Amino acid sequence: MAYSDKVLDHYENPRNVGSLDKNDPSVGTGMVGAPACGDVMRLHIKVGQDGVIEQARFKTYGCGSAIAASSLVTEWLRGKTLDQALTIKNTDIAEELALPPVKIHCSVLAEDAIKAAINDYRAKQDRGAAALEPAATHVGVRHRPNS
Amino acid sequence: MNRPIYLDYSATTPVDPRVVKKMVPYLYERFGNPASRSHGYGWEAEEAVELAREQVARLVHADPKEIVWTSGATESNNLAITGAARFHQGNGKHLITMTTEHKAVLDTMRNLEREGFEVTYLDPLPTGLLNLEAFSAAIRPDTVLASIMQVNNEIGVIQDINAIGEICRARGVLFHVDAAQSTGKVAIDLEALPVDLMSFSAHKTYGPKGIGALYVRRRPRVRIEALMHGGGHERGMRSGTLATHQIVGMGEAFRLAHQDMASDNERIRALRDKLLAGLAAIDEAYVNGDLQARVPHNLNISFNFVEGESLMMAMKGIAVSSGSACTSASLEPSYVLRALGRPDELAHSSIRFTVGRFTTEAEIDAAIALVARNVRKLRELSPLWEMHLEGIDLSTVQWAAH
Repeated sequence: MAYSDKVLDHYENPRNVGSLDKNDPSVGTGMVGAPACGDVMRLHIKVGQDGVIEQARFKTYGCGSAIAASSLVTEWLRGKTLDQALTIKNTDIAEELALPPVKIHCSVLAEDAIKAAINDYRAKQDRGAAALEPAATHVGVRHRPNS
Repeated sequence: MNRPIYLDYSATTPVDPRVVKKMVPYLYERFGNPASRSHGYGWEAEEAVELAREQVARLVHADPKEIVWTSGATESNNLAITGAARFHQGNGKHLITMTTEHKAVLDTMRNLEREGFEVTYLDPLPTGLLNLEAFSAAIRPDTVLASIMQVNNEIGVIQDINAIGEICRARGVLFHVDAAQSTGKVAIDLEALPVDLMSFSAHKTYGPKGIGALYVRRRPRVRIEALMHGGGHERGMRSGTLATHQIVGMGEAFRLAHQDMASDNERIRALRDKLLAGLAAIDEAYVNGDLQARVPHNLNISFNFVEGESLMMAMKGIAVSSGSACTSASLEPSYVLRALGRPDELAHSSIRFTVGRFTTEAEIDAAIALVARNVRKLRELSPLWEMHLEGIDLSTVQWAAH
């Protein structure tokens, strides 16, 4: 199967690979997918005092398109407020990477990872900085079927 | 740019140059129709077709009269299973096969189910081999045919077709064997084997694509209904003008397989074992399927925590197949590996390497280095690998399937 140049670029030179301290109250973690389905995406975001995403890191188990989609969103997230980040749609990701129909689920997974990371960050904030229990760190988050 | 190293000989093989040389004259100089009985053009084509029939028969110890030309193993499987099932449906409408068969068998069975046949699909043992007791127990008074492949295309395990055939004989069940992956790799003696129908392909054995054969036993005579109707070629079992050049190619390819099998396999096995030793040294690598009852050229291996399609994408320098069918819309990993009871994540992480006649030791060395480097690279990207290193048992994690 032929991959677009953008998928190949992100796949060969993935941006922002790695992790952030999941116990840091300013870090949100989103992990979506399942090994049995052939893809697991983990996204970490670090949010500043001003509510702007300062850093994003990913690790992904999955096909080239899943890796490219996660690499791309780490670039897009940086500098965005949480509300701006929530406006990123899977269709934007699919369009940017020119994903074929059978790979649309990779972009859905990336959108879900963003939502899961923001939810995790907000839940932490609600619980207060004192309770440093990481929520949902090792729990896959249900993600809806291909849209 | 260099062409990728070809390690996908179970998908197809190049036509051996010696085979090409034999085929070419039958395209132009000797173009006659082997069915033409009234002139020399036809006679020389017929002579070539009959020589090829002898060459194919010799490799498998059959009578040339038992060989029917087809367009390939898919057609042979269709003709054998559908042809026998329809001919014998007066005796019963139950068929038996395995879940790890090639789609050409499974889809033929599905089609017969639509015609009112009942099919039992048996799961293999975790080694990939058929459980003979389960097979025996599946036979019913109305079972007319069983179809079991000799060599599995994905994992290369070799079924004990002699033992399976003995069970079939004792219970009066016809036995078809898909041997598309066997020729030139495993010795086949149809004089001794209790097999009634056997499918062959040319292009898995250094012959051309588009040609195959079906063995139809004469003693005791096995009856099948034709699927192709027309001029009554191949004793009415398969009508259609014979593709002389393709047939000549299959004959020569099978002659070479007969001649070189022992030395080819010894060399190929040494290369496969070298590849196995190199790849088994990678952490968390698991061989799929039995290693003993296995053809010498196949290595199917899973690299845990790395997804197969991305690994293939990383290894542009080698041409292999993945057991992960992520390229299809289904997102389902290999049905063969799942039938073995492999966890889905290992099935998603599998790569099939198949070595062949033209593989060199330098290519194996390069492949090992390339795989090791890219598995390492992708594991650095893999959250599962990180969790594994942290000592988290992934089977205890609550994943949500999507």
